[in-house]
Amino acid sequence: MQTPAQDTATPGTNPFAKQKSHRETKESLIKWTLRSATYVILIITASIFTHIFIRGAPVVFSLTPPFINTSFLTKLPETLHVLEDKQGKKYETTPTGVDVIKKQLGDNLRNEKTISYSGGGILGPIVGTILLVGVCVVVALGLGIASAIYLSEYAKQGKFIEMARLAILNLSGVPSVVFGLFGLGMFVLSAPKITSHPLDRSLLAIPLGFGEYISFEGWDTSVLAGGFTLAFVILPVVITASEECLKAVPQGFRETSLALGATKWQTIWKCVLPFAMPGILTSSILGIARAAGETAPIMFTAALAFKDKLPWQGDTGIMGIFTQSVQALPYHIYTLSARIPQNEYSERAQYGSVFVFLVLVMSLAGASVILRRKLRAKYKW
Amino acid sequence: MNAPALSSPDAFLKVRNFDFAYGDNHVLHNINLDIPRNEVTAFIGPSGCGKSTLLRCFNRINDLVDVARIKNGTITLDGVDINHRDIDPIALRRSVGMVFQKYNPFPRSIFENAAYGLDVAGIKNKKVVAETVEHSLRAATLWEEVKDRLHESALGLSGGQQQRLCIARALAVKPQVVLMDEPCSALDPIATAKIEELVLQLREKYTIVIVTHNMEQARRVADTTAFFLLGKLIEHAPTSEIFHNPAKPETERYISGQMG
Repeated sequence: MQTPAQDTATPGTNPFAKQKSHRETKESLIKWTLRSATYVILIITASIFTHIFIRGAPVVFSLTPPFINTSFLTKLPETLHVLEDKQGKKYETTPTGVDVIKKQLGDNLRNEKTISYSGGGILGPIVGTILLVGVCVVVALGLGIASAIYLSEYAKQGKFIEMARLAILNLSGVPSVVFGLFGLGMFVLSAPKITSHPLDRSLLAIPLGFGEYISFEGWDTSVLAGGFTLAFVILPVVITASEECLKAVPQGFRETSLALGATKWQTIWKCVLPFAMPGILTSSILGIARAAGETAPIMFTAALAFKDKLPWQGDTGIMGIFTQSVQALPYHIYTLSARIPQNEYSERAQYGSVFVFLVLVMSLAGASVILRRKLRAKYKW
Repeated sequence: MNAPALSSPDAFLKVRNFDFAYGDNHVLHNINLDIPRNEVTAFIGPSGCGKSTLLRCFNRINDLVDVARIKNGTITLDGVDINHRDIDPIALRRSVGMVFQKYNPFPRSIFENAAYGLDVAGIKNKKVVAETVEHSLRAATLWEEVKDRLHESALGLSGGQQQRLCIARALAVKPQVVLMDEPCSALDPIATAKIEELVLQLREKYTIVIVTHNMEQARRVADTTAFFLLGKLIEHAPTSEIFHNPAKPETERYISGQMG
């Protein structure tokens, strides 16, 4: 009874015995190299977030009630004044509060520092970024989805369409500062607008007959010009992703719809777009999150380093949300960290802005994930 | 041609000298075929013989393929040339319904699926739509099974129910001809039996053309059967004749399982 058991236990006679070789060592070496590469990325990502969180969170949140520093989120940026008395005590104050403290301190004042843009809050940049992203979304999704529909549903495949695709792909390789210059030339200085008093530098003014002109004089540095420029930065992403999503809708849906007597447009509108929409939105939102972070395209077209009014508070009223220039988070961070002398106060404002910015962008990404889950559940096949 | 064509004076769909190609790939050669009114005609033949292609010419769904070309010949529906310049393919497709191989209801409610053809035809009257939906679901013998859950997703139905919903969806636009492209190939035998039963009921009101790989199915449901081979119509005859006394040796070999 024991004989067969002994037989299989004898090394050498077992046909399934492991072959000793360098192969296993090599395999595990490769596996560990790949694994450590992944871990390095993980560690770097984690340290970026931890760094921003540790430095930025205390600016926005506090451990004492009300736990959130609302003025940082609800006030416009302003110059920070720091007064120091002879005992070494420091007073941080606003430009309007300076005189009061000065009077209190009298001769006790040892020195006074002013730090630009680092006081108040960052409401201006937050509002500006939201407006820019809003315009960018409308333009990029409108133009992008329209051209994706044309490319995937209508265009006959051929040389010309291949060239169009190639051009769109190349667009995504264009540096964003080039988009900024393009936006300056195109939207800021020469886009058409309707006005009763064309500027002297208008490229072309076509009278409309009732005292108004279509004047190619540009939209000035404005939310509109910035939003359009940003839209062109992410258009390649939107078009490519939308086309893929449209192609992923089963051909059977199109055939069935047409076989039931639908026109081509009815088919696209009722049987293709609704099912492609989850994917289109998800990938577009990720593109939009990128657009929100771009600095170069808005530098010449929309953003100001400092502005003491919200866009709708100017003399243009509510239309100011399109026609006014604004502050924007990425440009604000750039200003704080590269255009003013660095000290603890500017750094604080800088990390606070970065933290808020990161939270905004991450909630966009989070929204895209949730949206995808919801729509996928509704329209899966 | 010399193929023994079944010529009937009452033919509803007439194919004459029909040549068809996808680009350089000549798929159909000189087809002559009469499809009688209110009968079931089955197309059989090995894969790639062109039977589905011909079916897809009847409602001009091949128009979607850029390279599809009619090289020669005509197809007439009730005497009207369906490929004529003045024919609106959309109107044609309302009279020639189609059911596809893979059941593919839209991922919407059962009601929306059945009402789709009416919706795109611009029929908005709720009462008319509801009546037509009920009528076509009854005609597809699905009404009793789904009447309590019309507004639930069509994807919750079984495969056979989904295919019957696709048939109901095609019937809702009140076609004269119903084309079925291997409607049972993705279904189990019980669901298949139900569809076949349904086909036999529908022939009273509709002219039905069914492509099938299942010869038993052709034998069970078809009045006449057409056998295709390599893009040619070999033989078209009453079903019993095709199966018991085929005129051509190719047909006999295919039927007896020696080929295909």
